[in-house]
Amino acid sequence: MKSSRPPMPQLLEQVARSLAARKDPALTGIDVETLCAQLRERPPPPPAQPRWQDALIEAQIPEGASVLDLGCGGGELLHRLIRDKSVRGQGVEIDFEAVSQCLTLGVPVLQTNLDEGLREFPDQSFDYVVLEETVQTLHQPLRVLNDVLRVGRYGIVSFPNFGSWRVRLSLAIEGRMPSTPALPYRWYETPNIHLFTLLDFLELTSEISARVVRGFSLVEGVVRPLGLNDNLEADESLLIITRDPPLA
Amino acid sequence: MKARLRKYDPPNSPTSVGWTKAFTWRLTPPDTPWQLECGGHLNEVTVEYETYGELSPARDNAILIAHALSGDAHVAGWDRDASDTHRPWRKNKPGWWDAVVGPGKAIDTRTFFVICANVLGGCYGTTGPRSICPETGRRYGLSFPKVTVGDWVRLQARLLDHLGIERLHGVVGGSLGGQQAIEWAMAFPERVARCIVLAASPRLSAQGLAFNAVGRYSIMNDPLFLNGDYEDGQGPDAGLAAARMLAHITYLSESGMHQKFGRRRRVAHGPKSGFGVEFEVESYLEYQGRAFVERFDADAYLYITRAMDYYDCAESWGGGDLATACRRVRAEMLIVSFSSDWLYPRAQCRDFAIHLCRAGRPVTYVDVPSNLGHDAFLVETDAVGRLISAFFNPARKGWSI
Repeated sequence: MKSSRPPMPQLLEQVARSLAARKDPALTGIDVETLCAQLRERPPPPPAQPRWQDALIEAQIPEGASVLDLGCGGGELLHRLIRDKSVRGQGVEIDFEAVSQCLTLGVPVLQTNLDEGLREFPDQSFDYVVLEETVQTLHQPLRVLNDVLRVGRYGIVSFPNFGSWRVRLSLAIEGRMPSTPALPYRWYETPNIHLFTLLDFLELTSEISARVVRGFSLVEGVVRPLGLNDNLEADESLLIITRDPPLA
Repeated sequence: MKARLRKYDPPNSPTSVGWTKAFTWRLTPPDTPWQLECGGHLNEVTVEYETYGELSPARDNAILIAHALSGDAHVAGWDRDASDTHRPWRKNKPGWWDAVVGPGKAIDTRTFFVICANVLGGCYGTTGPRSICPETGRRYGLSFPKVTVGDWVRLQARLLDHLGIERLHGVVGGSLGGQQAIEWAMAFPERVARCIVLAASPRLSAQGLAFNAVGRYSIMNDPLFLNGDYEDGQGPDAGLAAARMLAHITYLSESGMHQKFGRRRRVAHGPKSGFGVEFEVESYLEYQGRAFVERFDADAYLYITRAMDYYDCAESWGGGDLATACRRVRAEMLIVSFSSDWLYPRAQCRDFAIHLCRAGRPVTYVDVPSNLGHDAFLVETDAVGRLISAFFNPARKGWSI
């Protein structure tokens, strides 16, 4: 039901061309011919890739670091980091079943609500604070993000990109709330209450005096370094942010 | 209302530890006189304890269980010495945590060597106020020195020395037993690998102190109390029963009581004529009070509740600062609260977990949803068993310290 809507390539193409003709900001930086070609051969959405970020994060975190994983789920990432990289790991998770799962993996986890839980952690008490696919579910994302950068030297943040062309089409042209592999829920049951685009997030990052150290995107099921067109192309993104000054 | 209907594991069940027998161990010089935290001492100390399972050749599979206020060392299985005259209440039911401890259960006695000792100052075989004072030849009564959670844990540690156990695979306790577990992690950090604290926090709240105070008041103002020097079988039963009834209310929750009893009456449309037991909830409390008097001692109740009042690990180990005390801990910690517990409310348990985490210790905090109040730590055996089993499972890969 979620992805069974019939494609409307002709209608979509008409709308795209008329938007381009009006120089609509929605299509800024987008080549309309490429878009139309994409629309004609609109590929099926890639299958959802649960925790595609894990391998990336594992690669980024050095041996022996300390890692706080916010919304750590069943603790799989921390388990591997503790096992393979001798990381000092601590999870935070609200769901009781997920917490039980962490226990069986030997991952220490606090069952607590992120919207209120993070303020109790001391400044700069972890090297990395991971916020995987969680920002968009928070009631107070700005406060949590500030806390991430206060508690951790680096924040590792991943999120679905509401600016992806798939989402834009869904909303702008089909007139429906987007439902994609990265955003699979119906509007009335989604935990994603604060949706934003990659550009929105980059803007916020500089507003809170942080900078992006490194970034990656998931595009059509493939992970690649953050690129210029990712606000349109990325289904999801992962950024490593910090308030540390850049190395001279 | 009758006691909760439960299916007990019979002694011949493959998942029961079977028939059990308590051990007693007497301290000898130079351990005696045994010095106590509050300044007193005991010239003779006997410890009654039980064990289940086998100690491994490497002596590294021991789990110490700390019992709660009214609990005892008879954790699991069936007491083979129980009779009509000796602890008759044990004839018809197994130890208090039989659902959790046994072969194939959450604390698997095929894997672990399980120890539980009766606390000092209690009434189950370990030296207490009803023991005979060697100097006077009479029962101690209120001349028994004040005991603390710290004293209990130090004595348990000495027992482990006696059993040849240097380091515990784990320690676990609920309520006052949970405070002993905390004390273990702070007093003997090198001797505990894993510590589970169920329904307990670093100290009792003012509300908890208040409940204990009323319980003691009720005992000490019973005309049969005689300043603690009552004869066996002629003690302040009414006062003790009232103390237990009050305490039992604090072990339940408002919604749990509503669900269990509501306003139901024992006789549905009986007369509303007197002050006898009419509501089911009254009947339940009366039963709890009566059953408790059969198996517990009033003097012991005073000493143990006082130890509970005094306990404050921040004061003992951090000069009043919980964060400092938490930095002593070396064990992996599991803190479990129960959502409707108002004796050791979840906020206090969570706060303890946060302090441990801030001290850089590996800690897991779980809040078990339950409307059974404080009692949930004993009754929610499925959820609790699952958490314990996962945490103690020796196959798990731990935190590198």
